[in-house]
Amino acid sequence: MAYSDKVLDHYDNPRNVGGYSNQDEDVGTGMVGAPACGDVMKLQIKVGADGIIEDAKFKTYGCGSAIASSSLVTEWVKGKTLDEALAIKNTEIAEELALPPVKIHCSILAEDAIKAAVADYRTKQTAANTAVEAA
Amino acid sequence: MNRPIYLDYAATTPVDPRVVGKMMPWLFDNFGNPASRSHAFGWAAEEAVELAREQVAALVGADPRSIVWTSGATESNNLAIKGAMQFHAGRGKHVVTVKTEHKSVLDTVRELERAGCDVTVLDVQENGLLDLEAFRAALRPDTVIASVMFVNNETGVIQDIAALGAICREKGVLFHVDGAQATGKVPFSLDELPVDMMSLSAHKTYGPKGIGALYVSRKPRVRIDAIIHGGGHERGMRSGTLATHQIIGMGEAYWLARDSMGSENERIRSLRDRLMNGLMTLDQVFVNGDLEQRVPHNLNLSFNFVEGESLLMGMKDVAVSSGSACTSASLEPSYVLRAMGRSDELAHSSIRFSIGRFTTQQEVDTVIEKVSAAVNKLRELSPLWDMHNEGIDLASVQWASH
Ligand SMILES: Cc1ncc(COP(=O)(O)O)c(C=O)c1O
Repeated sequence: MAYSDKVLDHYDNPRNVGGYSNQDEDVGTGMVGAPACGDVMKLQIKVGADGIIEDAKFKTYGCGSAIASSSLVTEWVKGKTLDEALAIKNTEIAEELALPPVKIHCSILAEDAIKAAVADYRTKQTAANTAVEAA
Repeated sequence: MNRPIYLDYAATTPVDPRVVGKMMPWLFDNFGNPASRSHAFGWAAEEAVELAREQVAALVGADPRSIVWTSGATESNNLAIKGAMQFHAGRGKHVVTVKTEHKSVLDTVRELERAGCDVTVLDVQENGLLDLEAFRAALRPDTVIASVMFVNNETGVIQDIAALGAICREKGVLFHVDGAQATGKVPFSLDELPVDMMSLSAHKTYGPKGIGALYVSRKPRVRIDAIIHGGGHERGMRSGTLATHQIIGMGEAYWLARDSMGSENERIRSLRDRLMNGLMTLDQVFVNGDLEQRVPHNLNLSFNFVEGESLLMGMKDVAVSSGSACTSASLEPSYVLRAMGRSDELAHSSIRFSIGRFTTQQEVDTVIEKVSAAVNKLRELSPLWDMHNEGIDLASVQWASH
């Protein structure tokens, strides 16, 4: 199968590989997919006090298109508010990377990873706020 | 362009230049139809086809008259199984085969099932081998035919054809063997093996694509219906003008294989061991399939925590196959490895290396380097590798399915 130049570029030079500690309160972690399906994406966002995503990191087990999709979204979410990040659609990811139809699920997974990371961050914040109120 | 290193000999082999040389004169100079009885063009072609029949028969230890030309092992598998079920419809409608067979057997029996036959598809053991007692237990009074492959195309595992055939004889069941991956790799003689039919292909053994044969035993005499009808060629079992140049190519390829098999297998075994030892220095690498009951040409490895397709991408200069069929919409890993009870992760992480006549030690060393680099790179990217290193059992994790 032929890969698009953009997929190849992300595969050869993946952006923002790595991770933060799950314990950090300003970090939201999304882990989606399953080894049995052949892809697992872990996306972490680090959110500033102003509610803007300062940084993002990923690790992915999966095909080249899955790696490229997650690498791309780490670039895209940076500098966005949480709601702006949630507005990123899988179709935009697929279009940017010129994914063929059989690889659309990779872009869906990347969108799910953003949602999961934001949800995790928000849960942590709510828990922290409740803890503060209770104190 | 720099060509990739070819380690996919189980998919197909280059046509040996000596074979190409033998085929060439039969395209323009000697173009006759072997079925033309009335002139020298036909006679010459017929003589060459009969010589090729003898060459093919010699490699597999059979009577040349038991060789029926076909377009390849796919057609031979169809002919053997459908032809036997049709001819022996009065005897029963049960057919037995194995989960790790080639699709040309599995899809054929599925088609028969739609047409009203009873189909049993047996499991294999973890090493890929069939359990003889389970096989015996599956044969019923109404079983017409059992079909088991000699050498598996994905793992190179060799089934115990002599023992399986003996069970079939005892139970009065026809025994068909898909030998596509065995020729030139496993020495055997059909005169001695209790096998009724065997499918053969040229292009896995340095012959051209699009030509194969079905061995149909004469002693004991095996009878099947044709599935392709026409001029009654090949004693009525397979009509269609014989592809003279292809047949001559197959004959020469099998003749060369018979000559070189012994020394070639030893050379290939040492290359395979070199490749295996080189790659097994990586952590968490597993061999799929029995290592003893296996042709030396095959090395099927799972690189845990690395997905197969991304690994293929990381070794662009190496031509191999992945057991991960993520390229299809189904996202299903290799059914052969799944049938062996491999976890989905390991099945998704598998690569089949297959070595052949033209593989060099230099190539093997380059492949070890490239694969190791790609595996290390992808593990750096893999959240599963991190989890493994943190001591997390992946089986205990609740994965969100999608
Ligand atoms: C075990 C096995 N059976 C059958 C076939 C099909 O052979 P052919 O390509 O000659 O139709 C192959 C090769 O693809 C094979 O490996």
